[in-house]
Formats: sequence, C-alpha cells, structure tokens
Amino acid sequence: MNSILRIILQRLGLGLLTLFVVSIVIFVAVNLLPGDFAELILGQGATPETVATIRRDLGLDQPLVLRYFDWLRGMLTLDLGTSFSQLNRVSNLGGGSDTTTVVEQIAPRLSNTLFLAAVTASIAVPFSITLGVLAALYRNTAFDRSANIFTLSSISSPEFFMAYVLILFLAVLNPILPSLSNIYQGMPFWERVEKSLLPALTLTLVVTAHMMRMTRAAIINLLASPYIEMARLKGLSPMRVIVKHALPNALAPIINVIALNLAYLITGVVVVEVVFVYPGIGQLFVDSVKIRDIPVVQACCLIFAAAYILLNLTADILSILSNPRLRHPK
Amino acid sequence: MTRLNRRGLLKTGVAAGVLAATGLPIRAQTRGGKLTAGLSGANTSDSWDSRTHSDLFMIACAQGAVFDSLTEIRADGSLVGELAENWEATPDAKTWTFNLRQGVTFHNGKPFGADDVIASLQMHLGEESKSAAKPIVENIVEMTKMGDHQVQLTLNAGNADLPYLLSDYHILMYPAGQIDEAIANGIGTGLYQVQSFDPGVRMVATRYPDHYKGDDAGFFDEIEYIAINDNTARMNALMTGQVDAVNRIDFKTESLLRANPQLSIQEVTGNQHYIFPMLTNVAPFTDVNVRRALKYGINRQELVDKILLGHGKVGNDSPIGPANQYYNADMEQLEYDPDQAKYWLQQAGMDSLNIDLSASSAAFEGAVDAAQLFQASASAGGININVIQEPADGYWSNVWLKKPFCASYWSGRATEDWMFSTAYEEGVPWNDSQWGSEDSARFQELLIMARAELDSDKRREQYYEMQQILRDDGGVLVPMFANYVQALNNRIATPETVGNLWQMDNARMAERWWAA
Repeated sequence: MNSILRIILQRLGLGLLTLFVVSIVIFVAVNLLPGDFAELILGQGATPETVATIRRDLGLDQPLVLRYFDWLRGMLTLDLGTSFSQLNRVSNLGGGSDTTTVVEQIAPRLSNTLFLAAVTASIAVPFSITLGVLAALYRNTAFDRSANIFTLSSISSPEFFMAYVLILFLAVLNPILPSLSNIYQGMPFWERVEKSLLPALTLTLVVTAHMMRMTRAAIINLLASPYIEMARLKGLSPMRVIVKHALPNALAPIINVIALNLAYLITGVVVVEVVFVYPGIGQLFVDSVKIRDIPVVQACCLIFAAAYILLNLTADILSILSNPRLRHPK
Repeated sequence: MTRLNRRGLLKTGVAAGVLAATGLPIRAQTRGGKLTAGLSGANTSDSWDSRTHSDLFMIACAQGAVFDSLTEIRADGSLVGELAENWEATPDAKTWTFNLRQGVTFHNGKPFGADDVIASLQMHLGEESKSAAKPIVENIVEMTKMGDHQVQLTLNAGNADLPYLLSDYHILMYPAGQIDEAIANGIGTGLYQVQSFDPGVRMVATRYPDHYKGDDAGFFDEIEYIAINDNTARMNALMTGQVDAVNRIDFKTESLLRANPQLSIQEVTGNQHYIFPMLTNVAPFTDVNVRRALKYGINRQELVDKILLGHGKVGNDSPIGPANQYYNADMEQLEYDPDQAKYWLQQAGMDSLNIDLSASSAAFEGAVDAAQLFQASASAGGININVIQEPADGYWSNVWLKKPFCASYWSGRATEDWMFSTAYEEGVPWNDSQWGSEDSARFQELLIMARAELDSDKRREQYYEMQQILRDDGGVLVPMFANYVQALNNRIATPETVGNLWQMDNARMAERWWAA
C-alpha cells in the first residue's frame, strides 16, 4: 500500500510542477494579447492621459517579470487578485467601496459550470457505457454501425452546430425545453436541471463518442481472451459474459477516457455556455477576454489547467489501482 | 433672479408638472404583468455606478428602471422634469435654479432633497474621475443649496441646454452620504426596486409602491432583464417566447421575425451616425474643393441599402439627427454626382486625386465594405481611394484622429451644442476633422452664440445655418444614420411614439410599455 501512496505523492508533485510551467505559459500568452484593458474600457474616449492613469492605477506599467511574481505569490495564498474592472471602478470612486475579488467573481460561475458538468456526466456516462456494451454485444450489426455513425458524426460537428440543431428540434419546432439557460442563485433544483438540460444534451453528444468507442474497443479486445472463452463454454449468456467478466477488466481504459471527458466538460464548455447564455465560467472567460481583464482571464486559465491536470492525475491513479501491473514499473 | 419670457425649452420645463399630472393616454394602459427582456451590451464588470455606464443593459437597468435623473426626455423628444419639478435661468443662461419634487423617497426610505443633487453631481468631478459626464458637470462652477428642495447651479459660461444635459444617463441621483451603499445595492428613486442583480447575467426588479410618478408610468409589477450578448441566442429567446422583447435585432434573421405573427419589429432613426472624417489641416483635405469633390463622390443611398440593409437614413454631412430638437430635415440632400466631383476637383486644380482611407470593423460593422463601396463610386469622379484595412485592436488610439482619412461613428448627442462641442468645436480633443475657425470662423462664432441663446426661434436659425455650413464645407462625411431596430412579442404593448434617442424607447421600456 505504501507504494501506492508514494506513486500518488509523486504524481501530485509532478502535477504541481506542470501547473507551475502552465502558469508561466498562461501569464506570457495572456500578456501577449494585443490591445490592453485601458484602451478597451475607454474605447473611442481613450486619450493618452486617461490611458496612462488607468495603466498606472492597475500597475500595468510595471515590468512583466515583476508582475508575474506578484501574481504567483498571490496565487500561492489563493488570492487571485482583483479584476481590473473592479479596480478601475474603485479608483473611480476614490476608494472606500467594497470590491469583489476574482475568487468571489469566479466561485459562483465555477459552481454553475460544475453543476452543468455533473448533469451532463450523469446523462453521458451511463448512456455511453450502455451504448458501448451493447455495441460490443451486437458488434458488426446494423445497431453497432448506426451507433458508431451517430456518435462519430456528433463528435465531428462543431459544438455550436449541435447546439443549434438541438435548439431547432427541442425548443423551436417542439417547445419542450427552454433555449435560454439563464440559471441563477436560489433557483429551485429541478428548474435548474430543466434549464440546464439542453446544454447538457449538447455536451453529451460531444463526449459520448469517445467513451462509447473506448468501452466497445476495450471489451472486444478482451473477448478473445481464454477466460472469456471459458465463460462462454460454461454456457453463460453473452450479456452476462460481457457485463460480469469482460467489463471489470476493461475498466482501466474506460475510466481513463471518462476522466478525460470530465475534464473536457469543465474546460471545453465555452462555446456551449455562450450559445445557451449559461452563466458559467466559460462565459465569464469570454467576457473577460473581450475587455482584456487579465486577472480574471489568468485565473480562469489556471482553473482550466488545474482541472485538467487533476482529472488526468485521478485517471492515472485509478488505472494504476485497477491494474496491479502498473504499480511495479520495471 | 429675473423671470424670463420663456419660450421653447423653458416652456416645456414649466409645463413639466402639468404634463406629468395628466399623462398622455394613447391606448388603454393596464397595470400588472411582467416584462422579460433579453438585452445585449452587458458585462460581468457592470455595476450600479452610472459613471461607468456605456451600453444598453445597464442604461435600461439604471436610468430606465431603478434610478432617476433631474430631467427626462420624452419619447417625442420634449423635455420634462423627472426629479426636478421645474427650473428657470437668468437671461445669460448662466445661473439655473431647479425646484425639486417633494415627497420623493429613495428605495431605502431616505427622503430625496437638495443635498442628494449636489452629492450626485459631485461624483463626476475630481481629477481622477473617469466619468463620461465629467465634461458636462465640470462647467458647473458653483452648486448652492437654496432650500431643502431647491438648488442653484452656476455655470462658467451660459448654456441654454443645461436641463437637457442633466437628462444624460450618467447623471443619476444617488442618496447623499450613502452613495457607496447605493452603488453596491442599487438604491435609487426609480419606478422599480432591485430584487436581484447578477452582473452580466440578469437583473430583477419589482414596482416600487407609491411611486411619485403614480399610475401614469411603470405599468409592470415585475421586470426581468436577461443579459444576452450573443445575437443568435437573443433572437432564439424571442422566437421561443422566453423573453418578450429584445434590442438590436440581427438583420440576417429579420425575415424570420417578420414571418412570425406573434412578433413585431420597431424601428426608429436616431442620432447614431457612421462617418468618414478627414483631417482638414492635412493636405489635400485643407482645400475645401477637395472636400466638396468627396461629398459628391460618395453614393449615400447605396451605403444605406448595402451596409445597413435599408435600416437607416442617408446623412447630409451634418451630425445632427432626427432625434435632435433643431434637426434641419428640409436641407437639400447631397446626391451622388461624379460630374460634380470632377468639377470640384478641377476647381482644386487637379485632374485626379489619390488618397488613402483607413477602415476597420471597430469603426462600425461593415466599415471596410463601406469604404470599398465608396472607393468604387468615387473612381467614377476621378478620385482614387486606396482602402487600408486597419486592425480593430487599438483602432481608436492609433487610427482615429491620427490618420488623415478614416472610418468612424458617433452615437450622437441629445443636443446640438453637445454634439458640436464634442466633435466640431475648435481645439476639443475629439474634433475628428480638426475643424476650426480657419475652415469656418462663422461656424465657431455661431456655436458660442447658440449655446447661450434662450430664444428657441433664434437658436433654430443658428443651428440650421451651422448644419448648412457643415454640409457644404465640413470635413466629415456623414453618409448614413443607422436605425435602432428592436423586436417584441404581442404580450407587450407600447405607445405609438417610441423614443429615438436610444435603443428600446430610450431604454425606458420598463417605464413606458405595458402588458397587453
């Protein structure tokens, strides 16, 4: 058991290192964006003096390296800073007003995104595993082929296209679901679920293909093994052979793919959130990029990176746990 | 303090009380119901600080529902008092006395009075202030409390437009001493009281009981404004009935909206105009004949048809639009005429003219296409325009006011003087044609004269003349005025006249519209 703990700690350490490297990339990339906050917020009214005032107020005139270490220090204490637009407002007021920090700004949005990810996962994971099992069971039949064609074509279309197709069929032609997912704090749970259903279905269509095909491939791979043949020779039904005997051994790669797709549900929702006006972190991200609100953009990027790294880590650890061979690397 | 022989705008000021008391019943208006609107122009950085407001969402939330100003411009363009009951000025239009409405309370119960007016105006001052209304308020050199419900404002120079200027959406009335709290929670004197506000997401407000505007305004029990910046999502929300009204309809899907019997489209021409300013102090634009040649080389109707898809009106090289009081609608229209363009080029001593025109989508949507259409039409008149596509980022700081000939826009101003003194007065920072007394001493003289002129007939003459000077000699091509186009469904009814100063009935649909 000690070895597992060591592996987990090792992986966590590597994850932190990755995050550090990512933070440098994010910082440099975000600061390379053309245009700056002062000019965008002032628009047509940007005069050299007002631009200079805003840049000075926000510390944008400091050298890049200095700003990076400031940001890094804040990050280590979980202080992601205050968004430019808030700072700008405060300096406008002459101080003394309450401000919301980036953390306070992101927290409700992140929880909305996590909610959407949870709704999607609870639909997509059972759906795609079932579909994968069935496809393995009836492999090379018309069912298998049509399931493949359907999932592959939905993953190959751009998300916004799938979103509009769903809106057309489920909101415009048959008004069953709302096309506007404007959920808010204090909305009753089931109403929230109903409002989130269309974006969740869109995301389901996007992530199903991966999980379903991996399930199918992993199971079919195992079906050639001697112990499966043994089970079959015992006279077990094909369904029982697959679910009871093949599936547990196929779990490692399936879990891997599920974890990767869950990460996608957090980091890849930008387009879907914009189409459905869902107030999640993706939309906050787009809004902030538009006005070059660097602290918010950086924090969002970092959260995306952390979610990705963490879920990958989980996938690694889970597959190590489910496969003892991986615990003893040669 | 002398009482004047009030005419024109002063008359409306005095009549304010009467008008507000009687209202103007047009159709049966009923109290009750809910207005759900999907509006663009929202951002997560939005707040109740009116100094930062610049787009529709917050203007509709703040001035349109939760807060009030001293004065209000009605849908027909006339000026009435909002928190000010009436006002009067000295004959030089320098000292103004405002009598405030009595018995008004903020949503937190604090009574409204003279201190609030002074504190709210002072919010815009200070060296560090980035308020867009600073240029207006700066001209007030003295604010005196004459009584609990009377304030006297003294200007550094006469300005007959002051009551108009005070209707600006940046200048809202906040409770003195509680301004921070009011900005944090949205505490105003408006018709609706904030229930919840999530910046960049939504705002819900309910009708404030016993409001001073009584039963003549604010007909909904509840309003919900949903931030939908994405065009397609906004149109979808309207089509599927999740919102009752949307601003800025997408022209590409307009036919679908028109085909739906439940929906109606509202279209008004306001002051928003798209322009091609040239720097009149840079050759060859120093020569008035060159400017005239360009005026005849542009096909305005084609631009309205192709760039605005018909949702607009041809301009006449004057920034004064139909939403202005002294708009000269009868001025002879400049027409596309390549022969005239050639003639004026010859007057300038040239056979042909080669110039660069900078454009970018930052100026206005379709600006590059507009520049190319201009290029095509001008070539018939011997003018060779080289269109330079500039990056949208940094357009306002690197191109506008810097390149000798470029594309730009103005959302327009409520008063002639405000527009002229923002962009056509000699030496002001945003004078995008460097228009000065060298070009037309008469124009600058009229500008100063008209500003302090209280007699509205004289003012009209002066402003008409200024519009003519700009049409004939001006350095800004104003080929088109863009309409405000919005749509609503049949659950909502509106008055016949809808405001054209801003989108959505001057952003006051919560006040003026009702549930059908």
